[in-house]
Amino acid sequence: MSEVVISAKALTKRYGAAVAVDRLDLEIEKGEVFGLLGPNGAGKTTTILMILGLTEPTEGEIRTVGFDPLRQPLEVKRRVGYLPDMVGFYDHVSGRENLAFTARLAGIPKGEITQRINKALERVRLVDTADNPVKTYSRGMRQRLGIAEILMRRVDVAILDEPTAGLDPQTTREFLDLVRSLRSEGMTIVLSSHLLELVQSVCDRVALFRNGRIGLVGRVQDLMRDVLGGSHVIHLAADGADIEGTLKGLAGVQKVARAADGTWRIDATQDVRADVARRIVEAGGNLQALNIASASLDEVYARFFEGTPHAKAA
Amino acid sequence: MQRQREGSPWTGLGAVFERELADNLSSIRMRLLELIVFIAGSAAVYSAIGELKDTVGEDRFLFLRIFTVAREPLPSFLAFLGFLIPIIAIALGFDAINGDFNRRTMSRILAQPIYRDAVLFGKFLAGLATLALFLIALWLYVMGLGILMLGLPPSGEEIARGIAFLVAAVAYGGVWLAVALLFSVLLRSPASSALSSLSVWLLFAVFWTMIVPFLTNALVSVDPFDPRTQLTAIEVALALERLSPNTLFAETTLALLNPSTRALGPLLMSQLHGAIVGAPLPPIQSLLLIWPQMTGLIAGLVVLFTLAYVAFQRQEVRA
Repeated sequence: MSEVVISAKALTKRYGAAVAVDRLDLEIEKGEVFGLLGPNGAGKTTTILMILGLTEPTEGEIRTVGFDPLRQPLEVKRRVGYLPDMVGFYDHVSGRENLAFTARLAGIPKGEITQRINKALERVRLVDTADNPVKTYSRGMRQRLGIAEILMRRVDVAILDEPTAGLDPQTTREFLDLVRSLRSEGMTIVLSSHLLELVQSVCDRVALFRNGRIGLVGRVQDLMRDVLGGSHVIHLAADGADIEGTLKGLAGVQKVARAADGTWRIDATQDVRADVARRIVEAGGNLQALNIASASLDEVYARFFEGTPHAKAA
Repeated sequence: MQRQREGSPWTGLGAVFERELADNLSSIRMRLLELIVFIAGSAAVYSAIGELKDTVGEDRFLFLRIFTVAREPLPSFLAFLGFLIPIIAIALGFDAINGDFNRRTMSRILAQPIYRDAVLFGKFLAGLATLALFLIALWLYVMGLGILMLGLPPSGEEIARGIAFLVAAVAYGGVWLAVALLFSVLLRSPASSALSSLSVWLLFAVFWTMIVPFLTNALVSVDPFDPRTQLTAIEVALALERLSPNTLFAETTLALLNPSTRALGPLLMSQLHGAIVGAPLPPIQSLLLIWPQMTGLIAGLVVLFTLAYVAFQRQEVRA
């Protein structure tokens, strides 16, 4: 699990005076699902385009599947599949014909094309509609057709740019299941998203982007421990006692803070609900609600970048 | 560091070419234009043949006259073509590149293991092939009409001149296709690229002949007592006019379809000494006469395509 498929060193991309990606270091290993996360305009798509050799870096070095994407783009693109943000197809021809065209561009042997297309379409459950023109497809179906293209090409690495944008929750869940099943077959998957919480469940490791730089890289659990100090957040509604004073010093409690709506938020290293309840009742308070919420990447992101000015947006 | 990129730029050219050709041939806008051209062409040829039957007793090049003779109120078939070929070429090319950006297919196509070269070449060649197919069909149609209505087969020389004319027509269309392709690379909106291409066409089709005299006056001062300055003025005006692909095409067709054309510029009396006025040139001499014009058309096509190529290679993929 330590073979590096994508590596970037001090990668920089400037558009005139604007810096899209700023001295970025990145290593993505074979077989993992890697999330590039951050708000729009944080440099995720630019990074992806440089990985593929579709955009020339201003400075820095990049290797994709062992090749230089600028000098050996065909070798890179043969092994890497790309699903762009808001993928488009030729609308007046069928999904199958769209795939047949890319199959020829990808250099798939003529005899195999039909069979590989059918297999890919089956996998994304588009067989019934494959012969309808793409203009009749929904957003989710187009996304699946894009995945079918990657499946058909049998690439080693799949790069998915904002794959869940504009999908309804049901379709998103199906899509994430598909990503998991691809990973279990040994495909390396890089996906970018601005919806941190949504993808945290599928990513082995994530990189958090902000203003063209990566702030944090690592496993979701590790990041939560490192940044939040604990991965438990407890919401408490109570009155009639000095809540803050009562809970201070309780084993496992790191921080007690009052939220805007008058409830309390407790950050803890473990599930301290039982102790909290006991303490408040003993102090004569009225306990109204006590819920545990597992911490999310959104909080990691917010906490880590606290104080830094917000990205200039798209 | 190795600066050369690896792999053939032609990878995928065949696939792009076939897809674009199929797209061109099945698109509604091409069907409509073809319909218009066939109707207009039929009318022009029909009236030309009527005119020929009425006026011409004997002519060695009766078939070529079908292309050039006009009867009021219709223009000649040639005039129709000179007008319609650029429009067809622009219709084929104005959304070649920006159309793919707007459909959001460009980044997906370029992420396939091909170079951008294949995309641009494929699209241009498909446009040119569509144009050539269309012109060949039209040419055969006109020849067929001629045989049916005149009851005469064309002579070998007429066919040779007709084929040369066909080649010139494709080259002329290619120039306008390259203009449209260039605008489709430079401008992101297909509407503005279509309008820009059409305004360039309008400039050369309508206004260029009005602008040239002004430019000539500004460049050359004519002394009424010195015939040499007059000659210079004529030559400068001619050179300016030949910047227009329309002029080059008009001169080419004139020499090809009117075998008695001896020169496309000013002729001095001394040069005509011993010539039999009105005697036709052999086809090879006519070809020699228009060689510079043909070269000019093809050179213009290559330059415009190169500009589009350079612009496209440097373009950012993200829309």
